[in-house]
Amino acid sequence: MPLLEIRNLHVEIDGKEILKGLDLTVNAGDVHAIMGPNGSGKSTLAYVLAGKAGYEPTAGTVLFDGRNIFDMEPDERAAAGLFLAFQYPLEIPGVATMTFLRTALNAQRKRRGEAELSTPEFLKKVREVAKKLGIEQDMLRRGVNVGFSGGEKKRNEILQMALLEPRLAVLDETDSGLDIDALKIASEGVNRLRGPTRSFVVITHYQRLLTYIVPDVVHVLSKGRIVRTGGKDLALELEARGYAQYQEEAAA
Amino acid sequence: MNVMADVKVMKTAAETALAQAYTQARPSLPGGSAIAAQRAAAFDVFAKEGLPHRRVEDWKYTDLRALMRDAKPLAAPPDAAAKARGKTAGALLGDVETRRLVFVDGAFVPELSDTASLEAGLAIDSLAAALADNDQDLAAHLGKLAPSSDVAVALNTALMGDGAVIRVAAGSTIERPLHLVFAASEKPAASFVRSLVVVEKGARVMLIESHEGPAGSEYQVNAALELFVGDEAHVDHVKIIGEGSDALHVSTLAAAIGARARFNTFTFTSGGAVVRNQLFLKFDGERTVANIRGATLLKGRQHADTTLVADHAARGCQSREVFKSVLDDEAHGVFQGRIIVRAGAQQTDAKMMTRALLLSDSGEADNKPELEIFADDVQCGHGATAGALDEELKFYLMARGIPAADAEALLIQAFLGEAVEGIEHAGLREALMEQIVAWLKARVGH
Repeated sequence: MPLLEIRNLHVEIDGKEILKGLDLTVNAGDVHAIMGPNGSGKSTLAYVLAGKAGYEPTAGTVLFDGRNIFDMEPDERAAAGLFLAFQYPLEIPGVATMTFLRTALNAQRKRRGEAELSTPEFLKKVREVAKKLGIEQDMLRRGVNVGFSGGEKKRNEILQMALLEPRLAVLDETDSGLDIDALKIASEGVNRLRGPTRSFVVITHYQRLLTYIVPDVVHVLSKGRIVRTGGKDLALELEARGYAQYQEEAAA
Repeated sequence: MNVMADVKVMKTAAETALAQAYTQARPSLPGGSAIAAQRAAAFDVFAKEGLPHRRVEDWKYTDLRALMRDAKPLAAPPDAAAKARGKTAGALLGDVETRRLVFVDGAFVPELSDTASLEAGLAIDSLAAALADNDQDLAAHLGKLAPSSDVAVALNTALMGDGAVIRVAAGSTIERPLHLVFAASEKPAASFVRSLVVVEKGARVMLIESHEGPAGSEYQVNAALELFVGDEAHVDHVKIIGEGSDALHVSTLAAAIGARARFNTFTFTSGGAVVRNQLFLKFDGERTVANIRGATLLKGRQHADTTLVADHAARGCQSREVFKSVLDDEAHGVFQGRIIVRAGAQQTDAKMMTRALLLSDSGEADNKPELEIFADDVQCGHGATAGALDEELKFYLMARGIPAADAEALLIQAFLGEAVEGIEHAGLREALMEQIVAWLKARVGH
């Protein structure tokens, strides 16, 4: 059984159809890249999967580990192992990053019927992960993402992912706003988590990220549909030739 | 002769009862002839004005005449059962080590209070005792700060029965916070407490007031505190209004602050059916720094009004006003804040911010900030917001596995945090955050 199975997904935002019959199957352990021009529906797909209000389907099904995700609240999806790394991580003044991480981790564990982590266990885990991602202890004491640079916010998303250990991580343009060093650190963070039971959907506009996170499958999304699927070389081809041909095909 | 002016507005049941209470109690109220005259003058203010109502601008949102259906009889001296309530009251402070001064139904209870081995420079008396002793120092200070034209203050002056009289001598540092514990007993009654605190030059003290009583009892509290903060003194004041569900609570802080002093006041309001919290603060000396904050959490049909006047009468003072309220169900939160900068008070730096968070569609927040500036070299500003929880932030938290109710609780705590974090005493700050957490847990029914 595939980990994620999307069939004929249609989504309207403010009365305008953005996803127009999208199909996607992701097996456990696979890394899929979804590439496409601006406005093709990449971020919409990410929000639909995470369960943002206003991003409900008009048709189609999405099964995560065999369960219909549209019967699940965003927090249930997260506890089931679905993670979205936001394109624009939000700032939450007054909620310390540590409190946020601990509340999230323990809420997920509780829902899965697992024991909550003790304070020393939790601290040890966060420190290990933070160190690898070059996140200072001081940043963890501050409000979530408050005063963080764009790159720091993205690294904080990877930190959350590493801590929550999802089964499927959707990375929504994690490369945007990152310089080359930050891109490497974030990519290494992702690569450390790769394994036979964990899958990724890497949404990006540029091929650059995919030289660090090498995908198993590359899809081209255009005008709300997957219009081409190939191996990792497809990303290089897109880099060389652009998206123009797919936009024409989709329009035709 | 203007005949109309003499036509009395028909008295409400509460107004009639208050007038009767004063007439009956008058001979037995503590104090000599000078105090009796002060009481009579104050009563005249009430007799002329009646209870404040919505056409009185300062009471626009808290129509006491309409809200007070009746006036409860003056509380009798507490019996053993009543005193038992005083024993457990104030427990919400948790582990904070304080010197407790306990008042039940407005009367000082010495056997529950800790007045032994006072620190050097600290003097404590009860108002009733000080008035009976004809304390000259008391007479010199009492009624000097509380605005006599305010009807709530006038009623307090007319009917004050007991309270605390505290003096902190120049240069003394009182390490242990003083905790004035005000508890109401089961029997619904009215209490009028008046306290006086004089902190002399360079002295340092922390003063906590907590007000509580049984749920379901329609008792009435009118509490006033006059506070003199001397030059270079450092005073922290915290008031916790945790009255029972059906209580009417009106309280007033009137303070005069000297030069180069530090003054912090924080009000935490979560209890009572109707609450009016008044702060009249006067900056009398140069270069004083004051933090004036509050956090209010209301649900059901609770009504709480914070009315603040920060009067800058001296040069170079800095005041920061931060008031946050969280309103659920059909609760009504009111904030009226006025900053006055007198002509001579150049280089005043005053900034006021008030924010209301509405958790339901039927809650109401009224914010009325005012600036009256008569000096030309000042920095003053105010901001007011009212709104719902940020759905984007809530989604972000939920996307990390945090259930909706817990996500809301985290965001509400964060919202209030800005006000609560200003409390310098760590233990007290934590105790109040715990109160907030408990309130949030009760809200979602954990």
